[in-house]
Amino acid sequence: MSLDLATTRRIAKLARIGLEENELEATRQKLNGILGWIDQLAEVDVTGVPPMVGTETETLRQREDKVTDGNCRDALLACAPETSGPFYTVPKVVE
Amino acid sequence: MSYTIEGRTGTWEIVVGLEVHAQIISHSKLFSGAATTFGSDPNTQVSLVDAAFPGMLPVLNHECVAQAIRTGLGLKAQINLHSRFDRKNYFYADLPQGYQISQFEHPIVGKGAISIELQNGDVREIGITRLHIEQDAGKLLHDQDPTKSFVDLNRSGVALMEIVSEPDIREPEEAGAYLRKLRQILRYLGTCDGNMEEGSMRADVNVSVRKAGEDFRTRCEIKNVNSIRFVMQAIEVEAARQVEIWENGGEVDQETRLFDPGRGETRTMRSKEDAHDYRYFPDPDLLPLVLEQAWVDELAANLPELPDDKRARFQAEYGIAFYDAGVLVAEQAVADYYEAVARGRDGKLAATWVMGELFAALNRTSNTIETSPVSAAALGKMLDLIADKTINAKLPRKSLKTWWKRAKAPRPLWKRRACAR
Amino acid sequence: MLTGLTLTQARAGLAARKFSARELAQAHLDAITRLNPGLNAYITVLPEADVLASADAADARYAAGTAGIMDGLPIGVKDLFCTKGVRTTAASKMLADFVPPYESTVTANLLGAGAVFLGKTNLDEFAMGSANMSSAFGPTTNPWKRKGDDTTALVPGGSSGGSSAAVAAGLALAATGTDTGGSIRQPAAYCGIVGLKPTYGRCSRWGTIAFASSLDQAGPMTRSVADAGLMLEAMAGFDAKDSTSSNRAVPAFHKAVGKSVKGLRVGIPAEYRAPGLPADVLAMWEQGIAWLKAAGCEVVDVSLPHTRYGLTTYYIIAPAECSSNLARYDGIRFGMRKDAPSLDGVYEATRAAGFGQEVRNRILMGTYVLSAGYYDAYYLKAQKVRTLIKRDFEQAFETVDVLLTPTAPSAAFAQGENMDDPVQMYLNDIFTVPASMAGVPALSVPVGLNEAGLPLGLQVIGRHFDEETVLSIGGALEAAAGFTHIPSVHAGAGA
Repeated sequence: MSLDLATTRRIAKLARIGLEENELEATRQKLNGILGWIDQLAEVDVTGVPPMVGTETETLRQREDKVTDGNCRDALLACAPETSGPFYTVPKVVE
Repeated sequence: MSYTIEGRTGTWEIVVGLEVHAQIISHSKLFSGAATTFGSDPNTQVSLVDAAFPGMLPVLNHECVAQAIRTGLGLKAQINLHSRFDRKNYFYADLPQGYQISQFEHPIVGKGAISIELQNGDVREIGITRLHIEQDAGKLLHDQDPTKSFVDLNRSGVALMEIVSEPDIREPEEAGAYLRKLRQILRYLGTCDGNMEEGSMRADVNVSVRKAGEDFRTRCEIKNVNSIRFVMQAIEVEAARQVEIWENGGEVDQETRLFDPGRGETRTMRSKEDAHDYRYFPDPDLLPLVLEQAWVDELAANLPELPDDKRARFQAEYGIAFYDAGVLVAEQAVADYYEAVARGRDGKLAATWVMGELFAALNRTSNTIETSPVSAAALGKMLDLIADKTINAKLPRKSLKTWWKRAKAPRPLWKRRACAR
Repeated sequence: MLTGLTLTQARAGLAARKFSARELAQAHLDAITRLNPGLNAYITVLPEADVLASADAADARYAAGTAGIMDGLPIGVKDLFCTKGVRTTAASKMLADFVPPYESTVTANLLGAGAVFLGKTNLDEFAMGSANMSSAFGPTTNPWKRKGDDTTALVPGGSSGGSSAAVAAGLALAATGTDTGGSIRQPAAYCGIVGLKPTYGRCSRWGTIAFASSLDQAGPMTRSVADAGLMLEAMAGFDAKDSTSSNRAVPAFHKAVGKSVKGLRVGIPAEYRAPGLPADVLAMWEQGIAWLKAAGCEVVDVSLPHTRYGLTTYYIIAPAECSSNLARYDGIRFGMRKDAPSLDGVYEATRAAGFGQEVRNRILMGTYVLSAGYYDAYYLKAQKVRTLIKRDFEQAFETVDVLLTPTAPSAAFAQGENMDDPVQMYLNDIFTVPASMAGVPALSVPVGLNEAGLPLGLQVIGRHFDEETVLSIGGALEAAAGFTHIPSVHAGAGA
């Protein structure tokens, strides 16, 4: 499969990576090079093969329902590039 | 089918399915050990996991799984012993990970059903398509600053059940009855408090219209409606809007809409161009969830009596009418109160007193059954006195009012009189 | 030469009070001061006072007789492990100023065993790369030079290139690495040291910055096979905070080294004899086979038919997972933020400025293979092929105890080589990726130099959770090879 410019623009938008027009084309070419190589997977017959999940046959562990965490607002907010009082802030979102 | 829309080109019926997000009652979050208490100080119930710090990993809360299974059992639904968590990828300020952990392909609960009762006494069955477990998002505050939205992550990562109905609903009233019944079941099970004002139960409403005998037409999803009344209103106005479009030769676009209760209309929230591509894939941080049938059986054996069963039993055991039994089981606390009064006594008389004098007095004094100054034991005692004719049935009706005024004096008036006699 | 010791030797020297942990730490700090400006192996060197304070504490524990298994041993920490109060960058502009308020489980385990941290080592940005060229803090230079060519700077391999260069050059006795598709083994081979990727689930991933969750695994990078066993003992163990962490007991791995390998069956996968494999690599492989035969191993030809799809499968699955794992770098709660008038504007500006080109491309590739209409053809297909790859290994391990292969298809190449064609660059991982896909343990051991005087490594791959047999075989190779070469840039040289 080969990637066109519109698709490249769409995935850049989906991934929220702001690319300039000229970067889009360079990116398209780079990704297409890799995709052309990846397409050799098409020749593998996977009829009846289940997709792999996890590398061991263990099942998901569960934890007890106990409050063991939280109450660390200052430590968390100290890492943020912008805050206001007890909140994180972002440009105003209109819903 | 009683609810139809008469258009210029004929009669339209509505087709509605509901997706209810119900907050699971648990002490800690679905994948982290932070607390879930409503109304805490902003960003205090947030762990490194909830704020999606680098290298943080989810660990599943056992109780949330149990709650989902209980709910599935209460909805007479299939419990899937194999289920899986997937990532739903999108960017938003209330979603720290950049993805929501949910169950997409393999939900923990499959098909079930809810039976609802309409005002005219009709009983209908509404199918449940599935129930799955997922994370809630944080909250944005838009009114604190002219140029900024504020982010509070207290709710981020709290466990939700998404309960999806079949498109079996044909009337706004049915949608209301479905939500009330679902809420009642959740409350009985203790798996969700059903409080729509606090957002612990929210509904997305899928609405389409069609003419009799037709296949389904394009539907719209109305997001996050937060009261039963608004759900019913939203269905009415959205159905009317769609009929108008079809009748004018237009096409209804499949889109996400918001209900504006102030204006009584729905409006576009997300147009087609902005349609999400969620890129679901199995969460590699979590292995498949495999349940033991024995555990499911144990949860089933310990399930509380559900409203329909309780109602049937009240009818049979206490000889009360179907309608009365319905009123008495509407809330678990009322049912318990009633049963404490009725046990070993005249069930009909108990029903008359609870639904009559007691409810009236509670209403008048803005009390609930939980805050009633008259305990079930006291009311029962009084019924005993009436039964053995120690007191006249008319006397207590008056005394109840007096008694109520002296809410803190549990010693009944008639008892003194009876003793004095 | 304190900077030339193995962990085992240094541990013995400390226990016998031949030198103090302070002296050991100071020797390394001095070497770093001298050589790091040229090698750029460390992104962050810890303040001398802090390092010496940790060393003093270790000395006190030796005096009290309470020393742990890594006590007083100065090591480097790949800058992908979050370290409490110490800047953790993932070699990205995105996290250039990020100081975690928490300690990763692996580094906490090492601290608990008494290790002394010298600093945070360089890597490819977010561990995505095989040459350490994508670091936002500049490339790390391999301390090895080609014979007769002192000017050409070679890559140390990647992504754990800062760790491998530091260990090879005497800037740390050992270092932690992480391996997603070969990021411990390939740089170990390029720098002439030992690198062990344990079984997936052996070391907790909690607090290690994620690249591809189903593949990421921490492991030791050391100067001897026994050291790798010793350090893994300290790093490994069950962690309730990681749902994929294994709760199997951690054996005394270092004891596996030196055990007789007589009678063990060693598989030689036919498919690794790839066309175009350089003669020096092939010769070294044959040599390794001969050594193991001489040690009493039975050598058996095996087939891993789906190995040839390992790399392509990897370049679907790893980008897919990374596209999702790296969504959290959005400029809101930590890390870099570029302001813009809208929320989407902040996301797009922050992520365009914060991520380097390779990371951006991998995120975009991953976004594409997961997107509507392509999921089945790419991601789902890759997960099914991954099952086939894993089955290949399981079948092979029904008849053999370990597999022996080259670690990489070449020795270290020059900085700037292989940069234009990403596929060419990805081919460096061709021998290491299959074991990552299957989740099995794999070890790289330096066994000799090629004609250019550069080290070559052989890879030993074992069954799930059978690191012990892998270490035994690795120990046999090490003993036979007697690899004692040191690179031209080394703390011990010209001092």
